[in-house]
Amino acid sequence: MKGRRSSSDSSSSSKTKKPQYSKFTQQELSACKPILTPGYVIGIFIIVGVIFIPVGIISLFASENVVEIVDRYDEGCIPPNYSDDMLAYIQNSDTNKTCTRSLKATKLMKSPVYIYYQLDNFYQNHRRYVKSRNDKQLWSKKHEDDTKNCAPEATSNGLSIVPCGLIAWSLFNDSYGFSIKNKMVKVSKKNIAWESDKKNKFGSDVYPKNFQNGVLIGGGKLNSSIPLSKQEDLIVWMRTAALPTFRKLYGRIESDIQANDSVTVIIENNYNTYSFGGKKKLVLSTTTWIGGKNDFLGIAYITVGGLCLFLAISFILVYVVMPR
Amino acid sequence: MHEDSNFQNFKAIIRCEDPNANLYTFVGSLELEEQQYPLTPQQLLLRDSKLRNTDCIYGAVIFTGRDTKVFQNSTGPPSKRSKVERRMDKIIYFLFGILVLMSFIGSIFFGIATREDLQDGKMKRWYLRPDDTTAYYDPKRAAVAAVLHFLTALMLYGYLIPISLYVSIEIVKILQSIFINQDLHMYYEETDKPARARTSNLNEELGQVDTILSDKTGTLTCNSMEFIKCSIAGTSYGRGVTEVERAMARRKGSPLEEEVTEEQEDKASIKGFNFEDERIMNGSWVNEPHADVIQKFLRLLAICHTALPEVDEENGKISYEAESPDEAAFVIAARELGFEFYERTQTSISVHELDPVTGTKVERSYSLLNVLEFSSSRKRMSVIVRSEEGTLLLLSKGADSVMFERLAENGREFEEQTKEHINEYADAGLRTLILAYRELDEKEYKQFNEEFTEAKNSVSADREELAEEIAEKIEKNLILLGATAVEDKLQNGVPECIDKLAQAGIKLWVLTGDKMETAINIGFACSLLRQGMRQVIISSETPESKTLEKSEDKSAAAAALKASVLHQLIRGKELLDSSNESLGPLALIIDGKSLTYALEDDVKDLFLELAIGCASVICCRSSPKQKALVTRLVKTKTSSTTLAIGDGANDVGMLQEADIGVGISGVEGMQAVMSSDIAIAQFRFLERLLLVHGHWCYRRISSMICYFFYKNIAFGFTLFFFEAYASFSGQPVYNDWFLSLYNVFFTSLPVIALGVFDQDVSARFCLKFPLLYQEGVQNILFSWTRILGWALNGVANAAIIFFFCIHAMKQQAFRKGGEVIGLEILGTTMYTCVVWVVNCQMALSVTYFTYIQHLFIWGGITFWYIFLLAYGAMDPYISTTAYKVFIEACAPAPSFWLITLLVLMSSLLPYFTYSAIQMRFFPLHHQMIQWFRSDGQTDDPEFCQMVRQRSLRPTTVGYTARFEASSRDLKAKLEDSL
Repeated sequence: MKGRRSSSDSSSSSKTKKPQYSKFTQQELSACKPILTPGYVIGIFIIVGVIFIPVGIISLFASENVVEIVDRYDEGCIPPNYSDDMLAYIQNSDTNKTCTRSLKATKLMKSPVYIYYQLDNFYQNHRRYVKSRNDKQLWSKKHEDDTKNCAPEATSNGLSIVPCGLIAWSLFNDSYGFSIKNKMVKVSKKNIAWESDKKNKFGSDVYPKNFQNGVLIGGGKLNSSIPLSKQEDLIVWMRTAALPTFRKLYGRIESDIQANDSVTVIIENNYNTYSFGGKKKLVLSTTTWIGGKNDFLGIAYITVGGLCLFLAISFILVYVVMPR
Repeated sequence: MHEDSNFQNFKAIIRCEDPNANLYTFVGSLELEEQQYPLTPQQLLLRDSKLRNTDCIYGAVIFTGRDTKVFQNSTGPPSKRSKVERRMDKIIYFLFGILVLMSFIGSIFFGIATREDLQDGKMKRWYLRPDDTTAYYDPKRAAVAAVLHFLTALMLYGYLIPISLYVSIEIVKILQSIFINQDLHMYYEETDKPARARTSNLNEELGQVDTILSDKTGTLTCNSMEFIKCSIAGTSYGRGVTEVERAMARRKGSPLEEEVTEEQEDKASIKGFNFEDERIMNGSWVNEPHADVIQKFLRLLAICHTALPEVDEENGKISYEAESPDEAAFVIAARELGFEFYERTQTSISVHELDPVTGTKVERSYSLLNVLEFSSSRKRMSVIVRSEEGTLLLLSKGADSVMFERLAENGREFEEQTKEHINEYADAGLRTLILAYRELDEKEYKQFNEEFTEAKNSVSADREELAEEIAEKIEKNLILLGATAVEDKLQNGVPECIDKLAQAGIKLWVLTGDKMETAINIGFACSLLRQGMRQVIISSETPESKTLEKSEDKSAAAAALKASVLHQLIRGKELLDSSNESLGPLALIIDGKSLTYALEDDVKDLFLELAIGCASVICCRSSPKQKALVTRLVKTKTSSTTLAIGDGANDVGMLQEADIGVGISGVEGMQAVMSSDIAIAQFRFLERLLLVHGHWCYRRISSMICYFFYKNIAFGFTLFFFEAYASFSGQPVYNDWFLSLYNVFFTSLPVIALGVFDQDVSARFCLKFPLLYQEGVQNILFSWTRILGWALNGVANAAIIFFFCIHAMKQQAFRKGGEVIGLEILGTTMYTCVVWVVNCQMALSVTYFTYIQHLFIWGGITFWYIFLLAYGAMDPYISTTAYKVFIEACAPAPSFWLITLLVLMSSLLPYFTYSAIQMRFFPLHHQMIQWFRSDGQTDDPEFCQMVRQRSLRPTTVGYTARFEASSRDLKAKLEDSL
């Protein structure tokens, strides 16, 4: 009896068009309704300020601990007789490109000391440039002849170029030799590229072919007996930079450089940045947890933190002067 | 001619006017056997008419299809878009302009850079091989390259245009409509009808309504009359309480009245009768001082009418069919008070009467001699009957304006008290009629009957006038019996609803087909009119205009009428201009015929100015077409949002013309509902529909659109800024999939949640502080400054994201291992910042956090990291530059996380500071209410008053205003007496 009644109840209620009650449909879901009361505002400002300023100081401190030597050599390495026509000098394959620079370490540089080359006004992020590569070809021998997107550096005399494309073709080819107190310093060029690139993007069975064979020689040449996965300079170069001024890792010096040590660098100045007015710099730098030398993060943190504290104080003052 | 076959040879010629939209006029003639019979509106059946109490009629079709008068009154179904959406289109154009501008700037720079790449055969940026290239980068044809680049750039910066906005808005609106449909507070139990949003297009428009144009019958009233009071022999009977009195009582907070109302609810069992007074009910009137007058009064009620009784065969109960519901109310009242009218033949009326002497029911039959019908000019009706005793009686009922002057010298015994009572009744919103009678002597009647019959049978055009003249002669020297008061029953809660709407600053115009008196009565009943309001009545029903109409020269008559209307309008306008506060607000009442002229092109501006200046506007006797025209006038000339509400087929034009048409799904068929945008069951639901749903939807949609623009601008501009560092070559800084999924996965759900769930204040406060509604009417939340503010916030955020990222991640190593950033790392970092910033910005602007918001906002951010991991783990062919970018490069680098935090905080700082300052110093209305809520002051009357005082215009209609006005008067009187 009871059951029957309830069933008839439910059937009658399903017949009516009365909406079913639920907190959702009646828009009565429980909710927190935060509003910016002075307490919250001041509290948030103070918390942000209190967190940001120490973080900024620590970051700044880390950045300040980095020892960095930057030497611009593109102009300095031009012999005086070519200084009017640097382009002619760099494009002439017969001129002597060797150049010796002397750098001075101001502070103790703990190993590892990273060697970078820095190019300026070089648009590695140009759309044409970024696209001018073929990942399939780089990875697998099967796709050796896949030179899609690589034009105009796709084929040479009808044969596919490996690695094809403008990026590989314009490979940076200056080289540096270091000596301290007339003693040669060993430069490690292992593990300068991303692990994932070596393992999954550049094939261990893909060897350079027909590279820099064309009429127009771009940048560096590759040893055709070494597979691409081992050509770390190429791998580093082919990770295109984000901005027109960029550094790329050249190698590591795995010994300390003492303060006031004079580092002599013998540079093979091969790479043409003169036609587009780009600078070339050699950079020796240590790192800390934050990376290389850049004060921006620290300063920005301190500034934002300071601003928040300032706002907090102004708000407090306002409330004291004229409470609501 | 009672056989169909007889019509085979029936020949007649009908001459009539051309098809037109005038429902209440018809001119034509029937020529039958060389005789002319006039055809008037009485002979015309309009399309969709139904036959009742008649088996069949014979007729001829005059107009068909589109030519019918009803069809001529209809307008095509409009496509309606909300103002917010129309403004949104403009913003899209604006954004498109910015897009083109950005692309154009980019193309110029790109063209210049490309041209310089190859000069005199020398390659500048040799690594791009400008000597051997496709048209896209050809320095020799730099102009072509620039044009092609322009197209590329349009695609790239296309993220500025929120295409997904349209889809999201559709989703949001449909969900909002579901909320409207599901609202239990708008469900009407009696007819089992929930609210129904028939289009989801106009949800936010509901929050911006400035003027409501309302039908009367079936919308404000339930189209049923209730006999509620009467004044007999100078004594007022009836303890019933009208809706208005109830509302006023509630406002005053009188608890005693409340109890009465509750009692009322239980026993309102007899439709049309709400009378309660033990002094005359159940036959106890016999003991009252003027029992003979009461008897005559009730008898008159039972006899003087044109209703037909219908006896239910099963239980013998009698119900009545009457031309108008108030007539039915009288007969029902008579029945309930002991004078049951039960039979009508052509010549007689039979009544069960209570005999005061014996106290038993007796059957009495009156032979019906003449019926002097009601007309709007006569404003009364009479019957002449002969009683069983043989006395001739003239029983008459009519409006006070015509009845008092017809009283005999010896019939004015109760005049003063009756007049007083009538004024009381009228102010309570009741419709009053005066009842009077006289006895005729045979000679007088005989003469009258002859004249009257002759007049009735004459064929001339002024037949009606002749009959009226003769009737007038006999309807005099009457003896006053008393007055009746019938409540044109307002729907439940109508006065409260109108009061709330008035407090919300919404204007209410009543457009009705009813007579002016009825309309004014209802105006009083719903507090649109009150004593002390100056009424500007513009009418063409004056005697002068009558004579004008009769004149031969129709065009001259029309011109004269128009001139008279114009004159009245100008006078009204003068009154309006000269008015000051102390004189009280104005009310405009205009009838249909005047409206015809007032709506003509050269007059309508003046009419509108006057109407807007008035506190209430009532248009009576208006045709469906005029309702639509008035609606259009308000809509186009004031460019404010109009809402029309109605229930009948005659409101269809108005519903379609208005920005929003709300249909009442009542008893008058479905036609209004079918052409409405939103259907509700009761007028009072309008309050919740507008103040709660409208306000919320408006707020939600406008915040949603602003936010959408913000997030797309923020994203698009990071792309543009990067281009400046990539010689505008068109290389996106983000991975392709990041680009495509931005609008779909990482930012869309929180916006939809905002659009569906956000509430600034709860429904209770929306109703408690109706003024909140003005935010929508004045479009504060979707003003150009606000939109621009959000856009600028977007640009600022983009700049912060981009420049902070590139300066923090310059050329130096970004982590301990000495690695430097590449394009993909910068892209990932920036994208992470964008996802964080836009989602947290959302969290900042949301004022109502349910678990859904939490899920969507924080879920969106989490999902980004999950996506990054999953996508990065895929084969490098698929993931390309994103391959392992997070786990290998970004995640282990502390600087990546530090940059994210820095960018996030600095991007939110401007908006946060701005809202903190605004909240503290320049709070918007809803923010003030939020303050009160959080301080727990909402129940403090002082603070509520403070909020009200920020009112932008004082309310002039509604019972609150009425209450205030009356208390002001009282105070003034008190002061005077002191």
